[in-house]
Amino acid sequence: MNWSEFFNMGGYAFFVWTSYGLTFLVMLANIISPIIQRRKVIARIKRAIKREQLTGG
Amino acid sequence: MSAPLIKWFTISALLIGLYGLYLGLFVAPTDYQQGESYRIIFIHVPAAWMSLFIYMVMAVSAGIGIIWQIRLADMVAAASAPIGASFTFIALVTGALWGKPMWGAYWVWDARLTSELILLFLYFGYMALQSAIEDQRSADKASGLLAIVGVVNIPIIHYSVEWWNTLHQGATVTKFDKPSMHIDMLIPLLLMAVAFKLFYAALVLVRTRNEALYRDRNRRWVRELIEKL
Repeated sequence: MNWSEFFNMGGYAFFVWTSYGLTFLVMLANIISPIIQRRKVIARIKRAIKREQLTGG
Repeated sequence: MSAPLIKWFTISALLIGLYGLYLGLFVAPTDYQQGESYRIIFIHVPAAWMSLFIYMVMAVSAGIGIIWQIRLADMVAAASAPIGASFTFIALVTGALWGKPMWGAYWVWDARLTSELILLFLYFGYMALQSAIEDQRSADKASGLLAIVGVVNIPIIHYSVEWWNTLHQGATVTKFDKPSMHIDMLIPLLLMAVAFKLFYAALVLVRTRNEALYRDRNRRWVRELIEKL
Protein backbone atom coordinates (compact mmCIF):
# COMPACT_ATOMS: atom_id res chain seq x y z
CA MET A 1 0.00 0.00 0.00
CA ASN A 2 1.44 3.38 -0.97
CA TRP A 3 0.76 6.74 0.64
CA SER A 4 -1.77 8.06 -1.86
CA GLU A 5 -3.77 4.87 -1.44
CA PHE A 6 -3.51 5.29 2.30
CA PHE A 7 -4.81 8.86 2.21
CA ASN A 8 -7.56 7.87 -0.18
CA MET A 9 -8.97 5.39 2.38
CA GLY A 10 -10.65 3.36 -0.32
CA GLY A 11 -12.71 6.38 -1.38
CA TYR A 12 -13.81 7.25 2.15
CA ALA A 13 -11.05 9.83 2.66
CA PHE A 14 -13.44 12.69 3.47
CA PHE A 15 -15.32 10.77 6.17
CA VAL A 16 -12.31 9.09 7.75
CA TRP A 17 -10.00 12.10 7.79
CA THR A 18 -12.67 14.56 8.87
CA SER A 19 -13.40 12.24 11.80
CA TYR A 20 -9.76 11.98 12.78
CA GLY A 21 -9.06 15.68 12.17
CA LEU A 22 -12.04 16.84 14.19
CA THR A 23 -11.18 14.48 17.03
CA PHE A 24 -7.64 15.85 17.03
CA LEU A 25 -8.93 19.43 17.22
CA VAL A 26 -11.30 18.64 20.09
CA MET A 27 -8.44 16.92 21.96
CA LEU A 28 -6.23 19.94 21.37
CA ALA A 29 -8.94 22.26 22.69
CA ASN A 30 -9.23 20.03 25.75
CA ILE A 31 -5.52 20.50 26.42
CA ILE A 32 -5.42 24.24 25.79
CA SER A 33 -8.62 25.28 27.54
CA PRO A 34 -7.63 24.22 31.11
CA ILE A 35 -4.21 25.87 30.66
CA ILE A 36 -5.90 29.18 29.77
CA GLN A 37 -8.41 28.65 32.58
CA ARG A 38 -5.55 28.19 35.08
CA ARG A 39 -3.82 31.39 33.93
CA LYS A 40 -7.06 33.33 34.22
CA VAL A 41 -7.75 32.07 37.74
CA ILE A 42 -4.22 32.85 38.90
CA ALA A 43 -4.32 36.34 37.33
CA ARG A 44 -7.67 37.01 38.98
CA ILE A 45 -6.39 35.98 42.41
CA LYS A 46 -3.23 38.06 41.96
CA ARG A 47 -5.37 41.12 41.13
CA ALA A 48 -7.48 40.49 44.20
CA ILE A 49 -4.38 40.28 46.39
CA LYS A 50 -3.05 43.55 44.96
CA ARG A 51 -6.39 45.30 45.48
CA GLU A 52 -6.55 44.17 49.07
CA GLN A 53 -3.02 45.36 49.73
CA LEU A 54 -3.87 48.80 48.29
CA THR A 55 -7.06 49.20 50.27
CA GLY A 56 -5.53 47.71 53.36
CA GLY A 57 -7.31 44.36 53.16
CA MET B 1 1.18 16.61 44.30
CA SER B 2 -0.86 15.87 41.20
CA ALA B 3 1.72 17.31 38.78
CA PRO B 4 3.79 14.10 38.28
CA LEU B 5 0.59 12.07 37.89
CA ILE B 6 -0.65 14.47 35.22
CA LYS B 7 2.66 14.14 33.41
CA TRP B 8 2.61 10.34 33.42
CA PHE B 9 -1.04 10.09 32.40
CA THR B 10 -0.36 12.46 29.50
CA ILE B 11 2.76 10.67 28.30
CA SER B 12 1.24 7.20 28.51
CA ALA B 13 -1.98 8.39 26.83
CA LEU B 14 0.09 9.82 23.99
CA LEU B 15 2.28 6.73 23.53
CA ILE B 16 -0.58 4.22 23.74
CA GLY B 17 -2.74 6.44 21.52
CA LEU B 18 -0.07 6.72 18.85
CA TYR B 19 0.53 2.97 18.89
CA GLY B 20 -3.21 2.35 18.71
CA LEU B 21 -3.51 4.75 15.76
CA TYR B 22 -0.62 3.03 14.00
CA LEU B 23 -2.21 -0.39 14.44
CA GLY B 24 -5.66 0.92 13.57
CA LEU B 25 -4.69 2.85 10.44
CA PHE B 26 -1.85 0.74 9.04
CA VAL B 27 -2.01 -2.79 10.43
CA ALA B 28 -5.71 -3.59 10.87
CA PRO B 29 -7.18 -5.28 7.79
CA THR B 30 -9.83 -3.72 5.57
CA ASP B 31 -13.39 -4.61 6.58
CA TYR B 32 -15.01 -6.88 4.01
CA GLN B 33 -18.37 -5.08 4.23
CA GLN B 34 -17.52 -1.49 5.04
CA GLY B 35 -14.16 -1.09 3.29
CA GLU B 36 -11.84 1.48 4.83
CA SER B 37 -14.65 3.62 6.25
CA TYR B 38 -14.85 1.36 9.29
CA ARG B 39 -11.53 2.83 10.53
CA ILE B 40 -13.62 5.57 12.14
CA ILE B 41 -14.44 2.89 14.72
CA PHE B 42 -11.07 3.39 16.44
CA ILE B 43 -12.15 6.83 17.65
CA HIS B 44 -15.93 6.52 17.51
CA VAL B 45 -16.35 3.56 19.86
CA PRO B 46 -13.74 4.58 22.49
CA ALA B 47 -15.20 8.12 22.49
CA ALA B 48 -18.71 6.72 22.98
CA TRP B 49 -17.49 4.51 25.85
CA MET B 50 -15.82 7.55 27.41
CA SER B 51 -19.01 9.58 27.10
CA LEU B 52 -20.78 6.99 29.29
CA PHE B 53 -17.84 6.38 31.65
CA ILE B 54 -17.26 10.08 32.35
CA TYR B 55 -20.97 10.59 32.91
CA MET B 56 -20.94 7.88 35.58
CA VAL B 57 -17.86 9.42 37.21
CA MET B 58 -19.60 12.80 37.17
CA ALA B 59 -22.89 11.51 38.58
CA VAL B 60 -21.25 9.39 41.29
CA SER B 61 -18.95 12.25 42.36
CA ALA B 62 -21.89 14.65 42.39
CA GLY B 63 -23.79 12.14 44.54
CA ILE B 64 -20.88 11.84 46.97
CA GLY B 65 -20.69 15.64 47.06
CA ILE B 66 -24.37 15.99 47.88
CA ILE B 67 -24.60 13.17 50.43
CA TRP B 68 -21.30 13.47 52.29
CA GLN B 69 -20.53 17.11 51.51
CA ILE B 70 -17.09 16.26 50.19
CA ARG B 71 -15.96 19.34 48.29
CA LEU B 72 -13.36 17.48 46.24
CA ALA B 73 -16.11 15.24 44.84
CA ASP B 74 -18.06 18.29 43.66
CA MET B 75 -14.90 19.61 42.01
CA VAL B 76 -14.27 16.31 40.21
CA ALA B 77 -17.87 16.34 38.95
CA ALA B 78 -17.59 19.92 37.71
CA ALA B 79 -14.21 19.17 36.11
CA SER B 80 -15.56 16.09 34.33
CA ALA B 81 -18.52 17.75 32.61
CA PRO B 82 -16.72 19.61 29.79
CA ILE B 83 -14.45 16.63 29.10
CA GLY B 84 -17.41 14.27 28.96
CA ALA B 85 -19.28 16.67 26.70
CA SER B 86 -16.37 16.76 24.26
CA PHE B 87 -16.15 12.96 24.08
CA THR B 88 -19.91 12.81 23.51
CA PHE B 89 -19.53 15.40 20.77
CA ILE B 90 -16.75 13.32 19.14
CA ALA B 91 -18.88 10.17 19.34
CA LEU B 92 -21.84 11.93 17.70
CA VAL B 93 -19.86 13.65 14.94
CA THR B 94 -17.71 10.64 14.02
CA GLY B 95 -20.90 8.56 14.10
CA ALA B 96 -22.53 10.97 11.64
CA LEU B 97 -19.45 10.83 9.40
CA TRP B 98 -19.62 7.06 9.49
CA GLY B 99 -23.39 6.97 9.00
CA LYS B 100 -23.34 9.03 5.81
CA PRO B 101 -21.38 6.55 3.65
CA MET B 102 -22.84 3.43 5.36
CA TRP B 103 -26.49 4.33 5.99
CA GLY B 104 -26.82 7.16 3.49
CA ALA B 105 -27.62 9.79 6.13
CA TYR B 106 -25.60 11.84 8.60
CA TRP B 107 -28.37 11.65 11.14
CA VAL B 108 -31.39 9.50 11.82
CA TRP B 109 -33.69 9.74 14.85
CA ASP B 110 -32.73 6.28 15.95
CA ALA B 111 -32.82 5.23 19.62
CA ARG B 112 -29.05 4.98 20.05
CA LEU B 113 -28.34 8.31 18.37
CA THR B 114 -31.16 10.14 20.12
CA SER B 115 -30.22 8.89 23.59
CA GLU B 116 -26.57 9.83 22.98
CA LEU B 117 -27.72 13.32 21.92
CA ILE B 118 -29.70 13.55 25.17
CA LEU B 119 -26.47 12.66 26.98
CA LEU B 120 -24.79 15.68 25.37
CA PHE B 121 -27.66 17.89 26.53
CA LEU B 122 -27.35 16.47 30.06
CA TYR B 123 -23.70 17.52 30.09
CA PHE B 124 -24.66 20.96 28.76
CA GLY B 125 -27.41 21.23 31.37
CA TYR B 126 -24.97 20.40 34.15
CA MET B 127 -22.51 23.01 32.90
CA ALA B 128 -25.23 25.63 32.46
CA LEU B 129 -26.46 25.12 36.03
CA GLN B 130 -22.89 25.29 37.34
CA SER B 131 -22.24 28.63 35.71
CA ALA B 132 -25.70 30.13 36.18
CA ILE B 133 -25.99 29.72 39.94
CA GLU B 134 -23.85 32.18 41.86
CA ASP B 135 -23.67 30.33 45.18
CA GLN B 136 -21.29 27.40 44.69
CA ARG B 137 -23.02 25.02 47.08
CA SER B 138 -26.43 25.56 45.50
CA ALA B 139 -24.85 25.20 42.06
CA ASP B 140 -23.31 21.86 43.05
CA LYS B 141 -26.61 20.66 44.49
CA ALA B 142 -28.74 21.65 41.51
CA SER B 143 -26.34 20.44 38.82
CA GLY B 144 -25.53 17.30 40.82
CA LEU B 145 -29.21 16.46 41.07
CA LEU B 146 -29.56 16.82 37.31
CA ALA B 147 -26.54 14.55 36.80
CA ILE B 148 -28.00 11.89 39.11
CA VAL B 149 -31.45 11.96 37.50
CA GLY B 150 -29.77 11.76 34.09
CA VAL B 151 -28.20 8.42 35.00
CA VAL B 152 -31.41 6.73 33.78
CA ASN B 153 -30.25 7.61 30.29
CA ILE B 154 -27.09 5.49 30.59
CA PRO B 155 -28.71 2.01 30.43
CA ILE B 156 -31.05 3.38 27.76
CA ILE B 157 -28.04 4.25 25.60
CA HIS B 158 -26.39 0.91 26.26
CA TYR B 159 -29.42 -1.27 25.60
CA SER B 160 -31.03 0.95 22.95
CA VAL B 161 -29.68 -1.29 20.19
CA GLU B 162 -31.43 -4.29 21.76
CA TRP B 163 -34.65 -2.70 23.02
CA TRP B 164 -35.54 -0.95 19.79
CA ASN B 165 -35.13 -1.82 16.16
CA THR B 166 -32.36 0.54 15.31
CA LEU B 167 -30.15 1.28 12.38
CA HIS B 168 -27.19 1.38 14.72
CA GLN B 169 -25.36 -1.91 14.85
CA GLY B 170 -25.39 -3.99 18.03
CA ALA B 171 -22.52 -4.43 20.45
CA THR B 172 -19.51 -6.20 19.01
CA VAL B 173 -17.14 -5.95 21.95
CA THR B 174 -19.08 -5.59 25.21
CA LYS B 175 -21.11 -8.74 25.05
CA PHE B 176 -20.78 -11.81 27.11
CA ASP B 177 -19.73 -14.26 24.44
CA LYS B 178 -16.62 -13.79 22.35
CA PRO B 179 -16.34 -10.38 20.66
CA SER B 180 -17.33 -10.72 17.02
CA MET B 181 -14.41 -8.76 15.74
CA HIS B 182 -11.08 -9.61 14.21
CA ILE B 183 -8.29 -9.53 16.79
CA ASP B 184 -6.23 -7.11 14.64
CA MET B 185 -9.16 -4.67 14.81
CA LEU B 186 -9.96 -5.33 18.44
CA ILE B 187 -6.46 -4.60 19.79
CA PRO B 188 -6.16 -1.05 18.35
CA LEU B 189 -9.73 -0.38 19.48
CA LEU B 190 -8.90 -1.36 23.06
CA LEU B 191 -5.60 0.55 22.95
CA MET B 192 -7.45 3.70 21.88
CA ALA B 193 -9.93 3.14 24.69
CA VAL B 194 -7.08 2.93 27.22
CA ALA B 195 -5.43 6.03 25.72
CA PHE B 196 -8.70 8.01 25.99
CA LYS B 197 -9.10 6.92 29.61
CA LEU B 198 -5.57 8.04 30.49
CA PHE B 199 -6.13 11.31 28.65
CA TYR B 200 -9.29 11.88 30.66
CA ALA B 201 -7.39 11.08 33.87
CA ALA B 202 -4.81 13.77 33.06
CA LEU B 203 -7.45 16.32 32.02
CA VAL B 204 -9.68 15.78 35.03
CA LEU B 205 -6.73 16.28 37.37
CA VAL B 206 -5.77 19.54 35.66
CA ARG B 207 -9.34 20.81 35.72
CA THR B 208 -9.97 19.72 39.31
CA ARG B 209 -6.85 21.65 40.34
CA ASN B 210 -8.24 24.72 38.56
CA GLU B 211 -11.58 24.25 40.31
CA ALA B 212 -9.83 24.07 43.69
CA LEU B 213 -7.86 27.25 43.03
CA TYR B 214 -10.97 29.10 41.91
CA ARG B 215 -13.31 27.89 44.65
CA ASP B 216 -10.76 28.54 47.39
CA ARG B 217 -9.59 31.82 45.90
CA ASN B 218 -10.16 33.65 49.17
CA ARG B 219 -8.53 31.03 51.35
CA ARG B 220 -5.09 31.20 52.83
CA TRP B 221 -3.61 28.11 51.10
CA VAL B 222 -4.42 29.46 47.67
CA ARG B 223 -3.12 32.92 48.54
CA GLU B 224 0.16 31.48 49.78
CA LEU B 225 0.46 29.26 46.71
CA ILE B 226 -0.19 32.15 44.32
CA GLU B 227 2.33 34.42 46.01
CA LYS B 228 5.00 31.80 45.42
CA LEU B 229 4.21 31.62 41.68
